[in-house]
Amino acid sequence: MSVMIDDITCRELVELVTEYLDGALSSADGARFEAHLEICDACVLYVEQLRSTVAAVGALSEATIEPAARDELLRAFRDWHRPPPNLPD
Amino acid sequence: MDIALETDVAIRTRPAWTARFRCTARSSATTRRRPTSVNGEPYEQSADDAALVAGLRAGDEQAFVTLVDRYNASMLRIARLYVRTPAIAEEVVQETWLAVIQGIDRFEGRSSLKTWIMRILANRARTRGAREGRTVPFSALAAADAAIGEPTVEPGRFRGRDDGDWPYHWAAPPRDWPEERLLAGETLQVIDDALDELPESQREVIRLRDVEGWDADEVCEALQISAGNQRVLLHRARAKVRGALERYFTGDLATAA
Repeated sequence: MSVMIDDITCRELVELVTEYLDGALSSADGARFEAHLEICDACVLYVEQLRSTVAAVGALSEATIEPAARDELLRAFRDWHRPPPNLPD
Repeated sequence: MDIALETDVAIRTRPAWTARFRCTARSSATTRRRPTSVNGEPYEQSADDAALVAGLRAGDEQAFVTLVDRYNASMLRIARLYVRTPAIAEEVVQETWLAVIQGIDRFEGRSSLKTWIMRILANRARTRGAREGRTVPFSALAAADAAIGEPTVEPGRFRGRDDGDWPYHWAAPPRDWPEERLLAGETLQVIDDALDELPESQREVIRLRDVEGWDADEVCEALQISAGNQRVLLHRARAKVRGALERYFTGDLATAA
């Protein structure tokens, strides 16, 4: 089987996976991308592994605020909402 | 502002046949939450945002606490990308919250509340960083990083151009991973180490997008980078983490080929 001029190669496909997953490829490029996946098990696996990678990265814990910083911001919040002393409502 | 920094350099790193298509900040198939304003269509405010905005306007402490719990830790890290010291980053974040409280009546809901908060944060942090003289602004680092056209998979994994019927197809294709080990503690440590190895710009983008689940638009606002650069940095980061997992699960296939 020979490769047509507009076909996507494996080497090109691997650079486009995030764009594909983000829905950012044009419909023509998206169609080429999917047409390639239909004939290429290795690229299907590559895309699957990138998806798995995203899922696994998502299992890392998110950063959380430290309690002291949270308390300080809350105190500040209450100050910000205290009406200015010399102004009528 | 230096125009060159805003240039969408993503195009240079893509195959020629995609160069005529510009990427847009279309909402993503993997996006978990809201619709994003696309091509001028009106942005539809989520019920969550509407409740938080109403709460902030009413001076409701719980609404403020909700936002602080969600975003403060990330905001500190983001601010740190623009300014020199953790103490200044803290000041910038606190100023941002004050500006949010004071400005919430003027928030028109044309973007998500989070995007609006991140825009305020980025503007303040950038101004402060410029005044304090962070040597190179983060957005410039990110643009420079995104402009490097290096392939994300080692070229040796593919056949050559003149390889019969299969030019540029896999020479050393990926092998199956043991899926049951993907979320094991040891695997997560491999991922954590891989993130530590990334350049700062790639690391922050993958953290915000994939660890914390932010939308592309929100990341672009927070880091002041274009949609194209955001995607290039994210893809590089993901490909490197995938590479680290591949070496961990199946050994170095490039040299095995």
